[in-house]
Amino acid sequence: MINVYDIMETIRMIQDECLDIRTITMGISLLDCIDSDIDKACEKVYNKITNCAKDLVKVGEDIEKEYGIPIINKRISVTPIALVSAACKDANPVKFAHTMDRAAKAVGVNLIGGYSALVQKGFSAGDLEFIKSIPEALSTTERVCSSVNIGSTKTGINLDACKILGEVIRECAEKTVDSDCFGAAKFVAFCNAVDDNPFMAGAFHGVGEPDVMINVGVSGPGVVRAALTKYPDADITQIADVIKKTAYKITRVGQLVGETASERLGVPFGIVDLSLAPTPAVGDSVAYILEEMGLETCGTHGTTACLALLNDAVKKGGVMACSRIGGLSGAFIPVSEDAGMIAAAECGSLKIEKLEAMTAVCSVGLDMIVIPGDTTAETIAAIIADEAAIGMVNTKTTAVRVIPAIGKKVGDVLDWGGLFGKGPVMPLNTASPAKFINRGGQIPAPLHSLKN
Amino acid sequence: MRAVVSVVGKDTVGILAKVSAECAKFNANITEITQSVLSDVFAMIMIIDISKLEGNFTDLSDTLSSLGNTMGLKIHVMHEDIFNVMHHI
Repeated sequence: MINVYDIMETIRMIQDECLDIRTITMGISLLDCIDSDIDKACEKVYNKITNCAKDLVKVGEDIEKEYGIPIINKRISVTPIALVSAACKDANPVKFAHTMDRAAKAVGVNLIGGYSALVQKGFSAGDLEFIKSIPEALSTTERVCSSVNIGSTKTGINLDACKILGEVIRECAEKTVDSDCFGAAKFVAFCNAVDDNPFMAGAFHGVGEPDVMINVGVSGPGVVRAALTKYPDADITQIADVIKKTAYKITRVGQLVGETASERLGVPFGIVDLSLAPTPAVGDSVAYILEEMGLETCGTHGTTACLALLNDAVKKGGVMACSRIGGLSGAFIPVSEDAGMIAAAECGSLKIEKLEAMTAVCSVGLDMIVIPGDTTAETIAAIIADEAAIGMVNTKTTAVRVIPAIGKKVGDVLDWGGLFGKGPVMPLNTASPAKFINRGGQIPAPLHSLKN
Repeated sequence: MRAVVSVVGKDTVGILAKVSAECAKFNANITEITQSVLSDVFAMIMIIDISKLEGNFTDLSDTLSSLGNTMGLKIHVMHEDIFNVMHHI
C-alpha cells in the first residue's frame, strides 16, 4: 500500500533535492567488427552501434515520463577501440573516433566512450600509435570520450605509458584552446579500470562483457544532504545510518529504471553503479554533504574521514537495493562539476594534495581538476603515477582527469557550462619529477597482488 | 497497475473536475483522492487505475502536465512502481 507520506517524500526528492538517474549506458561489444580493412571495420562499427542503440534514447525518455524521474544522460560505451584498430595496419585509428561520433549523433546520445587502450603491462601491436592519436581524435570529434588503463594491482604501473599520457593530455588541451581546453576533459587515465563503468569519460565495454548490455549510474547528493539536515546533532554513527537508508532508496530507483530499460530494449541488465555523482546545480554537491557533517569548508582537516564514511555508507545502503553492483560505485569528487568543491577550491581550502588523499577513500580519483597552463608533461605524468600508486596499493580504481588551462595561471577559470561546470586553476607543486618519469619501465605489482 | 497523480499550485475553481475529466478521457479510473487547501495552496494526490488505459501512459502524462501549465499548477503522473520500490523491501 502506498501512503501519502511516502509519495510526498519521493516527489520532494525528485523536485527539490535533484534526485535523478545520472545515466543509462548501453555497452556494445565491437569484437565482431574487427577487420584488417579500416573502412570495412568502421562501417561495421557504425552499423552495429546504430542498430543496437536505435531505441535507447526513446526508451530512456519514455521511462522518464512514466516514473517521473529525470534520466540525465543516455550514453554508449564500446569495446576499447585499440583492440579493434590493432588489425588495421598502417591506418589512422582516428577514423574510428569519427565513426563513433557519427553513430552517437545518429542515435542521439550525448557521449560515447571507448576510444580506449589497455596498456597496464605493456604496449601490444598498434597501442602506441593509438594512444598518440587520442589528441587528434578528441579535438576533431564532439561526443567521443577516451581512456587508457596504465596500471592495476595485478600488473603494477606502466611508467612509460604515464609519460606518454602526460604529453597526450597537454596536447589534448593545446588542440582545443578555443573551447577552454575541453579536449582534456574528455580523457581519463585509469589504474584498475573497470569493465562495466557507465560513467564518462572513462566508460568502455570490457572484453569479458556480453555482446550488448545496459548499465545504470544513479545519483543524488542533494537527497543525502537534505536527509542529513534533519539530524543536526546526531552522532556520526547515526549519520552513517541515515546515509545508508537514503542510498538504499536512491539505488532502488536505479534498479527499477535499469530493469525496465533492459526489458524494453531486449538487452540484458548489467549493473547499477552505486554512485553519488554531483552536478554544478545548487544543492547537488558532494562537498556540501561533507560540510553538512560538520566541516566549515570542504578540504579542511577531517574531509578524508567524512568522505570515507560517506563512500562506505553509500555502498552499504545500496548493496541490498539492487541485484548486481558494479562500475565505480561510491562518491565522486569532480571539482568542476560540484558547486561546493568549486567554492572550496576558489577560497583555497581545497588543495590538490587534499584531493589526492580523498581519492584513496572515494570511488575514483582526481577528477575534473584544472591545472596551470605551463604544467609540464612530466608533472602530469607524475600526477598520474601518484594516483595509480594509490589505486594499485589499495586495490581500488583511481583515475586522473586534469585539464591544463593553456595560457592561464592560478586564479583564472575555465568554464564549460552544463554538467561539466567550471573550474578554477589550482596550484601544483612546481619541483620537477622529470628524472623519475624519464626512467621509464614498469613499477612492479605489490606483494598483496599475489593472492593465489 | 496504478499511477499517482500529484497536483500542487494556487487554488482555483474546477481543478479536480478538469484533472478527473482528462483521466476519464484516457479511461483511467480514480481509486483514491487525498487533497487539502492551505492558505490558497491546493495540493492533491490521486491514485488512478491504469490497467485499462486507452492510449499511451506517456500521452496521459504529457496531457496532464500541459493542463497543469495552462492552470498554473504542477501536475505529475508517476507509475506506482517507483514508490513501491523506494519504500518497500
